[in-house]
Amino acid sequence: MSVTSLATDNLREAERLMRICNACRYCEGLCAVFPAMEMRRLFGEGDLNYLANLCHQCGACYTDCQYSPPHEFAVNIPAALARVRHDSYDDYAWPRPFGALFERNGLAVTVIAALSVAAFVAGVVWWRDPAVLFGRHAGDFYKIMPHAAMAWLFSLVALYAVVAMALSVRHFWRDIRGNEAARSWPQAVHDAVTLRYLGGGGGGCTSESETPSARRRIFHHFTFYGFLLCFAATSVGTIYHYLFNWRAPYGVVSLPVIFGILGGIGLIVGPIGLMVLRRQRDPMLTDRRPLGMDLAFLVMLLLTSVTGFGVLILRDTPALGPTLALHLGVVLGLFLSLPYGKFVHGLYRFAALMKYAAERRSGAFID
Amino acid sequence: MRPAFFPARAAMDLAQTFDVVIAGGGNAALCAAITAARAGRSVIVVEGAPKFYRGGNTRHTRNVRVAQDGTAPTMTGAYEPEEFYDDLMRVTGGQTDTHLARMTIVRSQELLPWLGEQGVKFGPPLGGTLSLGRTNAFFLGGGRGEINSLYRTAEALGVRLLYEAPVVAMNIDNGFFVSLTVKIKDQAHEVKGRSLVAAAGGFEANIEWLKRHWGPAADNFLIRGTPYNRGDVLRMLLDKGVMPTGDPTQCHAVAIDARAPRFDGGIATRLDSIIFGVVVNKNAERFYDEGEDLWPKRYAIWGRLIAQQPDQIAYSIVDVKSINLFMPSIFTPVTAQTIPQLADKLGLNPAALDATVSAFNAAVKPGAFDHTRLDDCRTEGLGVNKTHWARTIDQPPFYAYPLRPGITFTYLGVKVDDEGRMTMSNGRPAGNMFAAGEIMAGNVLGKGYLAGIGMTIGAVFGRLAGQGAANHVRN
Repeated sequence: MSVTSLATDNLREAERLMRICNACRYCEGLCAVFPAMEMRRLFGEGDLNYLANLCHQCGACYTDCQYSPPHEFAVNIPAALARVRHDSYDDYAWPRPFGALFERNGLAVTVIAALSVAAFVAGVVWWRDPAVLFGRHAGDFYKIMPHAAMAWLFSLVALYAVVAMALSVRHFWRDIRGNEAARSWPQAVHDAVTLRYLGGGGGGCTSESETPSARRRIFHHFTFYGFLLCFAATSVGTIYHYLFNWRAPYGVVSLPVIFGILGGIGLIVGPIGLMVLRRQRDPMLTDRRPLGMDLAFLVMLLLTSVTGFGVLILRDTPALGPTLALHLGVVLGLFLSLPYGKFVHGLYRFAALMKYAAERRSGAFID
Repeated sequence: MRPAFFPARAAMDLAQTFDVVIAGGGNAALCAAITAARAGRSVIVVEGAPKFYRGGNTRHTRNVRVAQDGTAPTMTGAYEPEEFYDDLMRVTGGQTDTHLARMTIVRSQELLPWLGEQGVKFGPPLGGTLSLGRTNAFFLGGGRGEINSLYRTAEALGVRLLYEAPVVAMNIDNGFFVSLTVKIKDQAHEVKGRSLVAAAGGFEANIEWLKRHWGPAADNFLIRGTPYNRGDVLRMLLDKGVMPTGDPTQCHAVAIDARAPRFDGGIATRLDSIIFGVVVNKNAERFYDEGEDLWPKRYAIWGRLIAQQPDQIAYSIVDVKSINLFMPSIFTPVTAQTIPQLADKLGLNPAALDATVSAFNAAVKPGAFDHTRLDDCRTEGLGVNKTHWARTIDQPPFYAYPLRPGITFTYLGVKVDDEGRMTMSNGRPAGNMFAAGEIMAGNVLGKGYLAGIGMTIGAVFGRLAGQGAANHVRN
């Protein structure tokens, strides 16, 4: 009555725990993982990857569990599913070797990529005309790098990131047998933007201590909505440029700048908060592997915001050129790292939430 | 060097006389501690178990039975006090103090809001427990979630907590509590108090005590809760002249998987397979009607039945038709393609098991199988007939789960009045000693079991005892 063909120790441990939890079921009110588990009796690799990507590692089930260590059953769902989840990021990365590379050296690789791009941009500008790099341009950064060049460069990199992530998610979707579940996207959007399942069914995260706290939810919201606002700033800027032929730089009270400032604040407060919480997290609840990809994403978001503010503040000074080069490098580095960094957790989580919403609606028992 | 949980300041504090000393650290103890602390009293809780195992059986509970009007968002309907009372009378066969029973039920109506104010969170029942959604309020995260919330509240109120501090002696002077002695790291410490709340549970983990009534059979019992439910406080109180109540020989015993740990296996080791097949003893003989009644109602009889079998072992046997009809178990079943092979793997006589199953199959009458109600599938002509859900066991693979008695709690306790105050064996109320929880549950639940009522009694009497102790100190 157990799945004996699981490939890794991490999967086998998760399967062992799911059998214990499925016989207990006390945690069914805490999040989506346990109701999804209850719809199954057997747990194959796809099932475990699905359940692992539903888990927010909030720690509520560990704190509430009568079987957590030192009990001989040694039930530790947050850590076991974190290991399976991180393995799944590797397995689904495209191309696969990049996943492993980033997992081990994510921060170094990303920062080096960002600095290389920044140096390249600055170098090209310098090579063409040194005066441009350190000139005063009254905020008109297209004098440093023409709009067309910027658009092309970013479009290509973004396209690459989108393709790589689409292939990864498609692989995941097939493994968890997502099938028709994509129809449940409205429910999944709701669950994702509200972080419905982060926080132990309302008690809060016990990731740092036994006292439930809303801090992780708050800092995640800062990060998530900060990211969306920055994305909105860029999108509005693009629309202004192409549709209305309104050229940057925009005034401080313009939509792109307001979105950018608000989003930028989110991307400073959120990532710093999450990094602090990450350091404070109870080591029992974590994978215990050094996860460069985790940190790389947060650091790059923070740097994107900081360098973005740099461009805004210094746009009337001779420092605009080097600052802009640095900002562009960081943003490109962020884009390149997206398919291999922590960003992907949102994609897999969203896919898993779609499947979960569909399963809940059908109420079917999955054998 | 002093351990972290017992810093120098704490040693000094123990020199003081506490208003309320609470022996035990479960639901009842914490309800009492919080109530007394909210009344402005100095309170100390002495828990025998390490922090992880704190709370005794509370850590394995899941819900509390409450009379309520159905308006709480997590409840599926109204549960009137009259219905609660009828349910209690049915399971106890009248073995209850009707005055205390009525009071418990009336006051159970306060528990949802009161526990909520103490930080306890409730969630709607899902999955297989929906049938209890009207009568029982489910703790978010189960009993350990509840107890964690109560401990946080108690700590915030300044209640002193001692873990790994079993009570080894009590100084009770003619029915009047003076102090108790706890042993911390092999060192005895006296804890003095103006009143006592005893909330230290039953003696279900005390094998020697169980043996007094069950003999050597108790060596084969599995204990579903922690090894710390030794009944030491109960024993001392009875020795000091507190009046006992409840049957000293009885315990709540269910059939659980024989491969469960000796202690603290909790809910996950239960097995719901019995009604779907046959149950045989070590001689490969059936010994009781597996289909007597719906499973939850008969839950508690199988522990006792197996305790009376040789070596206290039995085997639940089903075939492939039924393997997915009951709650999944954490243990993999013993599996074979034929009944004799299955017997061989179980260490039973293959010919004997084959004969038992063949005779059973031959006696099965046709019927419409429906495991959700008392159906008409039965056997006829056997010494022990199966009266419902009897289907032939003839489609391989065949599956077996070994079963042993799993002891949940004991019924013996101390007699209390409607303030939670202990009664002495001469019939007079104790001066300053109160009791709550399993240590006095026998006053209300003299026999049988009703899901979640242990927590009801614990919370109601915990509040009463805490208030009673607080009032006593003021007076």
